[in-house]
Amino acid sequence: MRKFDKDRLILGFAGPVLALVVAFVLSTLVLLVSDRDPFELYRLLFEQVSYSDVQVLIINQAGTYYLAALAVAVGFRMNLFNIGVDGQYRLAAMMAALVGASVSLPGPLQIVLIVVVAMLVGAFWAGIAGILKTTRGVSEVVSTIMLNSISTSLVAWLILPKNFGEQAEGSNNLTTGDIPESGWFPGLPLSPDAGEIYGFTFVAVGCGLVYWLVLNRTRFGFDLRATGASESAAQASGVDAKKMILTSMLISGAVAGLVGMPTLLGDTHTYSLDFPVGLGFTGITIALLGRNHPVGIALSALLVAFLDKASSPLDQFGFEKEIATIMQGLIVISVVVSYELVRRYGTRRQQQKVGEEIAAGHTLTTEKEAAL
Amino acid sequence: MLPLLSGQGECVINASSSPPAVELHGITKRFPGVVANHDIGITVRKGTVHALVGENGAGKSTLMKILYGMQKPDEGTIAVDGEQVTFGNPGDAIARGIGMVHQHFMLADNFTVLENVVLGGEKLHGIGSAARKKIMEISDAYGLGVRPDALVEDLGVADRQRVEILKVLYRGARILILDEPTAVLVPQEVDALFANLRELKAEGLTVIFISHKLGEVLSVADEITVIRRGTTVGTADPAHTTTKQLAELMVGSELPSPETRESTVTDVPMLRVEGLTLSVTDPDGAVRDVLSDVGFTIHKGEVLGIAGVEGNGQTELIETLVGMRNPDSGVITLDAEDISRTPTRKRREGGIGYIPEDRHRHGVLLDSPLWENRILGHVTEKPNSKGWLLDPKAARADTERIVREYDVRTPGIEVTAASLSGGNQQKLIVGREMSHHPKLLIAAHPTRGVDVGAQAQIWDQIREARREGLAVLLISADLDELIGLSDTLRVMFRGQLVADADPATITPEELGSAMTGAAAGHLEAAPEDEAR
Repeated sequence: MRKFDKDRLILGFAGPVLALVVAFVLSTLVLLVSDRDPFELYRLLFEQVSYSDVQVLIINQAGTYYLAALAVAVGFRMNLFNIGVDGQYRLAAMMAALVGASVSLPGPLQIVLIVVVAMLVGAFWAGIAGILKTTRGVSEVVSTIMLNSISTSLVAWLILPKNFGEQAEGSNNLTTGDIPESGWFPGLPLSPDAGEIYGFTFVAVGCGLVYWLVLNRTRFGFDLRATGASESAAQASGVDAKKMILTSMLISGAVAGLVGMPTLLGDTHTYSLDFPVGLGFTGITIALLGRNHPVGIALSALLVAFLDKASSPLDQFGFEKEIATIMQGLIVISVVVSYELVRRYGTRRQQQKVGEEIAAGHTLTTEKEAAL
Repeated sequence: MLPLLSGQGECVINASSSPPAVELHGITKRFPGVVANHDIGITVRKGTVHALVGENGAGKSTLMKILYGMQKPDEGTIAVDGEQVTFGNPGDAIARGIGMVHQHFMLADNFTVLENVVLGGEKLHGIGSAARKKIMEISDAYGLGVRPDALVEDLGVADRQRVEILKVLYRGARILILDEPTAVLVPQEVDALFANLRELKAEGLTVIFISHKLGEVLSVADEITVIRRGTTVGTADPAHTTTKQLAELMVGSELPSPETRESTVTDVPMLRVEGLTLSVTDPDGAVRDVLSDVGFTIHKGEVLGIAGVEGNGQTELIETLVGMRNPDSGVITLDAEDISRTPTRKRREGGIGYIPEDRHRHGVLLDSPLWENRILGHVTEKPNSKGWLLDPKAARADTERIVREYDVRTPGIEVTAASLSGGNQQKLIVGREMSHHPKLLIAAHPTRGVDVGAQAQIWDQIREARREGLAVLLISADLDELIGLSDTLRVMFRGQLVADADPATITPEELGSAMTGAAAGHLEAAPEDEAR
């Protein structure tokens, strides 16, 4: 029996490793073709990691990515493709920032309020797609993409000074006003000049733990995974498919609502026009690469954050930092192909092995045999 | 008992004019530690239908994989048309004119028949008119009646199977291996398939036919080889063999008699269905009644069998009872409690066990390990969960118990359901459902695709539970199973229960005619009305 477990572990790693190796080779080829020295580039990238301020940047970015990927992964686990994490977190962060700036509660309560608002708004926005799917059969892929652009416009309108936004003197930037200091999430300084690790990064780690527990150790999680594995079988087993779709959309949206929190609570303390965008799409990449597994997602979030942050000073050395984007793209393609290859190989291999073991008589003892 | 069965030593051709289509001699295949095939010898004469029967795990599949080039034998020789061959892969086998029709069809649904046939064989006759001509030629020659432009998704199971056969013939096969071809067919379709096989035979093709259904084997095969525990235990002449003899040869011991008709029927109703009506809207917009005014009662300790050609509302009836469909009208009462509007999960917690018709769609999670499949459908019940939390440890332990008690052949409980054979998946499902001591068991084709030994075992389990007061709704295409197991029989035709019969006196033929709508009412003049 142990053998199958080991096999599964090896196969579990085979996918990502194969994908990364292929992506590495392809990236090297791209660099060579465009007449850049790949090894110089790789050396530069890794040199960046040795700086403690870059380390902090990477960790902070990874925490944010981790939440985005978790939000996507919740959907993936039951065959829902929530492309709308991007719109959900932006709307949520903006609403939470508004509420946070206009209310002043003592200490932790202020933070809790902001976080809860963000989760509710995220869930609400995702819930629209959920309701459309359960009542009208609208594909969540289409509706969430559309909700993304609606959310972009909505945020742009809400943040106008004539509505809820503020424009600082002598600046073109629009903000939602500053959150009072009671709503700032304390960070962890790594060293005096390296900057702080967002406190919310640890909340993100906690979310990963909760994600694992809920999926693997609760009845709800089992129903969710069963629905993802086979909707018809789940239905026959007593899962209310519509309720399940709506619930997981709401959860996915609520987690998406958290995506903006590390930045909002730990850094900007306001939602402005230059608030990070596109995190939801990066989250899709990371969830895919991490195979929807909390640890896998953490490692991939670190990898992507590393490519992001380590590449930004490349310009100074004569490399375009868009190279990192190309590398991420290549990783996505390699991931999709290699996971499917490994999955098929794994299924075939196990079928073969089980066949051999049974033919070899290595079955669990049956009562009949035990009686002999 | 065995005078009509020759020992394997005689499985060698008589000096006849043409060499045998396939001759396997002394085939031995070892897997680490044990022998899967041992000294197998089979001779398949040209232009015959040769049946290969044996229990699951007897070594049939290994043997067929060897013949189809998927595995290499450690010892022994294969001769095709009198010529010694060695196959490195299925391609080699196809080149020698051997084709295999798998149990699960491998067709692209959104392609037409023509596209499916030429797919992967584009070099043979192109993809255009030459290919179409060739397909029609083959179809006409063997009476397959294939329409090259039909979309595969619009075809029924039997038509798909004919496409699979055509695919193999298109690639020039002269020897066809059919792996349990009748498992998915209804009786009429089986007859049609057998007519096709006879055509193939008449044209000089050779068919190797793997099956569990011994009655069918006897009706279609010219020769039968029985495999038990990895070796050929004999050949039989279908003209002089009964299913019972064949089954005993397969299992290696005498079978328990299937007829133990001591009645356990009580007069306490367990399931009462009244005026159940359900209509569906077809893709073309027409509204059609699939269930109209269906009513029956199953008492504690009673097995109610419903006979009917597939597609006459049985599936919908089951899905309505389980709660996967909402009826338009009608009342369902389980153990004196109205469950007409109760959600599926509550019904299952309330004591409905469910052995689904299509186990891949409704019974198992193919890519999940066995112990998770043991949880499926009973996630809220012990031992699978405590409160809101799963209890994987207890679930695993209980899965091991099911595997032991229900004779599921598997190396362990961490392997995925997909890696088990259909029969073993079914045993796991039966074990899982019986483990929760249901009040009502809805069993759709409970022994479909299951070998003879396991079939008897599943029957025994149902009978035993019935003695303890279980009510069973049995739906089956196997009329012998229906008659043998049921206390009461009903016939379903176009969404209605049109006839009833006493299983003690009815014959499969009489039942069969009612299934086609030719007879209705009480099927024989019994003096007293059966308990309702």
